[in-house]
Amino acid sequence: MANILEVKDVHVSFLEERRTIFDKRNRIEVLKGINMTIGEGEIVGLVGESGCGKSTLAKVILGLIKPDSGEVIHGSVHPQMIFQDPYSSLNPSKTVRFILEEPLKNMTDAGPEERLKKATERLKQAGLDEKYLTHKPSELSGGQRQRVCIAESLMMDPKLLIADEPVSALDVTIQAQILKLLDDLQENLGLSILFISHDLRVVYQLCDRVMVMRGGLIVEEGEIDEVYRNPKHEYTKQLLIASGII
Amino acid sequence: MKKIKNRDFNFIVGLILAMIVIIPALIGTVWTPYDTEAMNSSLKLAGSSLSHPFGCDNFGRDILSRIMSGSSTTLLIGIGTVFIGAVAGTLIGALTGYYGGLVDDIFMRFNDVMFSFPSLLLALVFVAVMGSGRIQLLLALGLAFIPSYVRIVRAEYVRARNLDYVKSAKLAGASDMRVMFVHILPNILKVLMNSILIGFNNAVLAEAGLSFLGIGVQPPAASLGRMLADSQTYLFNRPGIAIAPGLTLIIMVLGISLVGKSKTITEI
Ligand SMILES: Nc1ncnc2c1ncn2[C@@H]1O[C@H](COP(=O)(O)OP(=O)(O)OP(=O)(O)O)[C@@H](O)[C@H]1O
Ligand SMILES: [Mg+2]
Repeated sequence: MANILEVKDVHVSFLEERRTIFDKRNRIEVLKGINMTIGEGEIVGLVGESGCGKSTLAKVILGLIKPDSGEVIHGSVHPQMIFQDPYSSLNPSKTVRFILEEPLKNMTDAGPEERLKKATERLKQAGLDEKYLTHKPSELSGGQRQRVCIAESLMMDPKLLIADEPVSALDVTIQAQILKLLDDLQENLGLSILFISHDLRVVYQLCDRVMVMRGGLIVEEGEIDEVYRNPKHEYTKQLLIASGII
Repeated sequence: MKKIKNRDFNFIVGLILAMIVIIPALIGTVWTPYDTEAMNSSLKLAGSSLSHPFGCDNFGRDILSRIMSGSSTTLLIGIGTVFIGAVAGTLIGALTGYYGGLVDDIFMRFNDVMFSFPSLLLALVFVAVMGSGRIQLLLALGLAFIPSYVRIVRAEYVRARNLDYVKSAKLAGASDMRVMFVHILPNILKVLMNSILIGFNNAVLAEAGLSFLGIGVQPPAASLGRMLADSQTYLFNRPGIAIAPGLTLIIMVLGISLVGKSKTITEI
């Protein structure tokens, strides 16, 4: 299986905020040497406690944060992101059509007709009727908004999607629909997905492989069945016990 | 354009009040019943009559004509001031707020210093440097109003730069300029609109204040502040000379503040 993403020994640290101008700013290391790969067509779960660095890793992969050292290698098409909160990830003053066409305007020389055609197609794939193209985010429900985000993330035909807790802001019935959509898209488009979540049950349901992160390091990694049946690391066991799985 | 909110009386009443002043002022830029600067000794301090509804001032100049041209001067200075302040303030506020870092720190300390002086005092300093007159006054007030817009706009950009929709725009390949002015700016227009209306009122009052002190619009040109200043001597025997420009100023400022506070402007 070909790898579509390789992360090699990535370190990231942040400077502490200063309270006064004379405070010394300490460096806090958030990622302490991350190595990982994602294969073509794979859905990989990333779990771990709050603050362990999951979102930071996502931002490094997306190129929104430069790592202090190490490297991220992905194919020619940039990975895309599905955010946690569809209420803040869509620009309130733009129409769905504007939001969907934006990547094409900036990164391709597709004409207006071609852009509209692609936007309509992706919106339908995400399970929304084309009539929503003229709507603003405020006129959509949480689930509909998340579908728009998913359609947006697909506009440039990426090979890899990163979904950072994409359903935790939605209510339970909608959660199931969105997860089903991600699963279908993976299958139909041959996407790979890095799925970040707190919910170990959802991860089991959706993912082929799982990585367990703690304090800026990946402490365990493997096929989903293998890790859930036979966790090697003490921390993985604790997580599984805490979610009532073992 | 947006629709007027249902039963938004603040907006409707405010607009009517503002129009009572703005429409004659607009007409005053091209036509006034009499020459605003023509003196006529036989009409000195004349009371109101059919041919001079608001009477005449101490030089026998028609007050209605002077109010029409004076309020257009005052309006022009108000609009020009807000334009300079809002455009420059938005540019500086957007760049410093969005990028942050050292440049932002330096700019903000400078801005805080400027902001700590009342705008009127700053304008006084600029007038002292540039001299008085219509254009100088407009520039002076415009410069003096920049820091307050920088503050408002910068705060909005600091808040916006960490929002997910901005990250999403970056992932969609938008340049920094595009993110700042196509993606973020429309979302702060509501806040900006409000401070533009308040700023307009402040500028109108500042113009009146400076002209009243004799360092704004220079005689014989008319402005509302200038007319108020000239009317002082006759306050007791001919109060109409003061009341006419004073009321005009009050109606305009009241109208604009009502519009600024109305649901139509403050709610999207
Ligand atoms: N821009 C930043 N500046 C300083 N510290 C940061 C910054 N971003 C993240 N951190 C810190 O890095 C650590 C990891 O944050 P991150 O958001 O990656 O955690 P997470 O695993 O996604 O947590 P959660 O599950 O709550 O989303 C946290 O302690 C956080 O305070
Ligand atoms: Mg997170």
